[in-house]
Amino acid sequence: MTEPLPVLDVSHLSTHFATAKGVVRAVDDVSLRVQSGQILGLVGESGSGKSMTGFSILGLVDPPGKVVAGNVLFKGQNLLTMDPERLRQLRGDRIAMIFQDPMMTLNPVLRIETQMVETLQAHQSISRSLARTRAIEALADVGIPSPAERLSAYPHQFSGGMRQRVAIAIALLNRPDLVIADEPTTALDVTIQGQILALVQRLCRERQTSLIWITHDLSVIAGLADQVAVMYAGRIVESGPVQSVLAAPLHPYTEGLLGAIPALHERGEPLRAIPGATPSLASLPTGCAFADRCPRAFAQCSVPLGETEIAGDAGPRRTRCWLHSPVPAPMPTIQR
Amino acid sequence: MRKLLDAYSPHFADRLALFALLVLVVAALAAPLISPQNPYDLAQLNIADGRLPPGTHAGSDTATGPQHYWLGSDDQGRDMFSAILYGLRISLTVGLSSTLLALAFGLSLGLLAGYFGGWIDTAVMRIADIQLSFPAILIALVLLAVLGQGVGKIITALFAVQWAYYARTARSAALVERNKDYIAAARLLGLSTWRILFRHLLPNCLPPLIVVSALQVASAISLEATLSFLGIGLPITEPSLGLLISTGFQYLMVGDYWISFFPGIALVLLIVSINLVADRLRDVLNPRLQKQ
Amino acid sequence: MTDSPASASRSSPLVELRHISKLFVRSPDLAARVAQKLGAAVSTETVHAVDDVSLTIARGEIVGLVGESGCGKSTLGRLAVGLYAPTSGQRFWYGEETGGAPGKQTERLAIDELPASERQAIQIRMQMVFQDASASLNPRMRVGAAISEAPLAHGLIKRQDREDWLAQLMRRVGLDPSLAERYPHQFSGGQRARLGIARALAVQPEFIVCDEAVAALDVSIQAQIINLFMQLRADLGLTYLFISHDLGVVRHISDRVVVMYLGRIVEVASAADIFERRHHPYTRALIAELPSLSQRHRVYQPVQGEPPSPIHPPKGCHFHPRCPFARAECITERPALREIAPGHWSACVLEP
Repeated sequence: MTEPLPVLDVSHLSTHFATAKGVVRAVDDVSLRVQSGQILGLVGESGSGKSMTGFSILGLVDPPGKVVAGNVLFKGQNLLTMDPERLRQLRGDRIAMIFQDPMMTLNPVLRIETQMVETLQAHQSISRSLARTRAIEALADVGIPSPAERLSAYPHQFSGGMRQRVAIAIALLNRPDLVIADEPTTALDVTIQGQILALVQRLCRERQTSLIWITHDLSVIAGLADQVAVMYAGRIVESGPVQSVLAAPLHPYTEGLLGAIPALHERGEPLRAIPGATPSLASLPTGCAFADRCPRAFAQCSVPLGETEIAGDAGPRRTRCWLHSPVPAPMPTIQR
Repeated sequence: MRKLLDAYSPHFADRLALFALLVLVVAALAAPLISPQNPYDLAQLNIADGRLPPGTHAGSDTATGPQHYWLGSDDQGRDMFSAILYGLRISLTVGLSSTLLALAFGLSLGLLAGYFGGWIDTAVMRIADIQLSFPAILIALVLLAVLGQGVGKIITALFAVQWAYYARTARSAALVERNKDYIAAARLLGLSTWRILFRHLLPNCLPPLIVVSALQVASAISLEATLSFLGIGLPITEPSLGLLISTGFQYLMVGDYWISFFPGIALVLLIVSINLVADRLRDVLNPRLQKQ
Repeated sequence: MTDSPASASRSSPLVELRHISKLFVRSPDLAARVAQKLGAAVSTETVHAVDDVSLTIARGEIVGLVGESGCGKSTLGRLAVGLYAPTSGQRFWYGEETGGAPGKQTERLAIDELPASERQAIQIRMQMVFQDASASLNPRMRVGAAISEAPLAHGLIKRQDREDWLAQLMRRVGLDPSLAERYPHQFSGGQRARLGIARALAVQPEFIVCDEAVAALDVSIQAQIINLFMQLRADLGLTYLFISHDLGVVRHISDRVVVMYLGRIVEVASAADIFERRHHPYTRALIAELPSLSQRHRVYQPVQGEPPSPIHPPKGCHFHPRCPFARAECITERPALREIAPGHWSACVLEP
């Protein structure tokens, strides 16, 4: 492998929640890789574990949740075994997170200035006035009009879209190598979403920042990301370059998701909906979790399986489906 | 049963409180069956058996014959154990009935005020505000001074001081619920206002009120005890727990502790167990906590 | 009805909103009123949620209503079904075709001026499917009881027929009738959406306002519910006002699309025209921002600025501060909705 060291290399990550109803496998055997300057779209429906994957990478899982297996290598260092104090230093400096609700980042009782200067001074030894100048530049970068004046405002004095811009400015203050963005535009209107997407795209390209964009919306990923990973019931069912995955999905779930999007249909014709509902994470089948909704399920699907790598035109692709497994496992003996 | 108990609380203290409350309630209900004498029947009392210390065996010339005064007797020769059981009956009757009356009345007014708003809301809430701006004990004192003594009178007085509390709680619950879409849907379906109020709004406003009223029972009981202690609640011939404590108060200094002490223990046990059970009820009835 | 931009092109009208407006006034509380008396400049805040909107919806038509949050589309939906009383303007209902006269005379009724009993009869023909299905279902009522409550109360079904009727209705919306004795929280999001639809259908409505009815659902479930809406329309001849922020969904399901911005209609056209011959700069911006599966590494070139506060909307055309084509007249004059092509109306001064 002559590939450069990836910024983030997640392998076999699993996060479980012990609940009264049993073990909830929120993240199950997830492997991801993000190269420098690359944008990875992490797509899934509610309850697919996409947000929990983001939290697990950053070591932000609260009890009763626990990362039970796997490695998270950030530029070669394992975040999961790292001293908590060092990890805390890394967050907000080399790795940043943007949330759906910007108020997760912003403190409602502090001026923007205080928060930005503190964020800068926490990780760099610079003077207050220099920090202030940098904060103004950062606000200008995210398109806040008259940034010097707005610096002394409180978060509630901004509109929803502007607040998200401020949260982005704070996340990018220390020029992180990796940003994890968890549905940051879901709560915003279409025109504002467009502005935020344009902004993030420009900043990441300019600075070679790697980005994981977590969303439920495949069409946002289509225009933004280089790589895409599709999650279902805690597992990544398919990943690969955006153009190949969207043009010719390997996993029936990805195919189903694409088929459910109205834009790909004639007006008024019935949408190709996926039947049924997402399974409960506390009682997943042993094999493929999608099998009971899958139009192409066969007996083999009840057998547990790992990921298969397949060569593609634009780079390697991976999927977790028996249809693409190179070695057909022996047919399971049907018991019960 | 086991499941029900688990759902209620896994903690020993909570279960103990529930058990204590059940014992007290059963004892109060069964008072005529299990108490050695009827403390309200003056024929069964002998003044000569007054202020006997706990455990005395005496009373050959009363109607019921000789008996053990396990918890002693008061200055009228009343068996303390019997008096406490009958006192619990009164406390629970007064506490429960005044609370239920106040709940029914306050809840209805609060729902109407919250659902309709406008002048109904303003009128109800201003009266409630005025009511709540006076200390409850003061209003009860004034009312009892006017009405006189008796179980019915004290229930009336306690009802009068409590309803505003329910009205206010019910109104704030109704204000939240009425803006939810299931009420909008019910209106669109052309359901009658009564049906919307009682089939839709009321069941959803009730849980916080059940908790409040369980707690209020305890406070009504202690308010009744306070009023009786002050000597204006119930007649001296039918002592409640508060009145027993008050009677014994004058003998505390000469060492006859039992006349105040045992009714006091019973009262504290009752109020603490109601409070603990009500507190659990709050969590059990909260659907958000329930789901977890 | 000729003055209404939404004049139904194909068939007879069913519902008409005429010059309807809704103002929300936040009246000053006691403290503010005292301050006012003392000379402080405390103003009453008035929001023109819906500002002089006229719209006619034809029998059997699906009208899509799009716009961003705060544009008044939800308020318009609630005005249409009568959940809100309009500040000014009228609602009309076109009754069944009466008699066998060849002229196909329909009766136009001003709903809010009718006597209570007649009004009620029309009122239950208009139902709503809400965005948050769990908030729109009474959490303490079994779902079967919730669905059958209104038809029983109105005598539309008999008590002894309830069971069969309920099973049939639940099957129609894709629910297992054996679930009727459960409570709403025991259902998944998609099933709750179906429950909301079943409850609305229970009183045999002709007109249903769907207020962001699929917005909270996952893509795969959303497709199921959209299919259900289309199936029901085909089976029962329903008329929808389909409110959504999602142009992709609206394009798919609607016959005609209405675009709102800050309380006003800015463009009305057939679903095909709104995409292919969009006229108003706001509509153009909305469509340009629509994420698309076919574009890779697109360069986003968003419209600038944010929607202004509805409390202090800009004068003239509300969109002028963000509009790349704004002229002097746009700043002072409110552009009227005009027909720029047959059935295509736009509130913009630009040449088509």
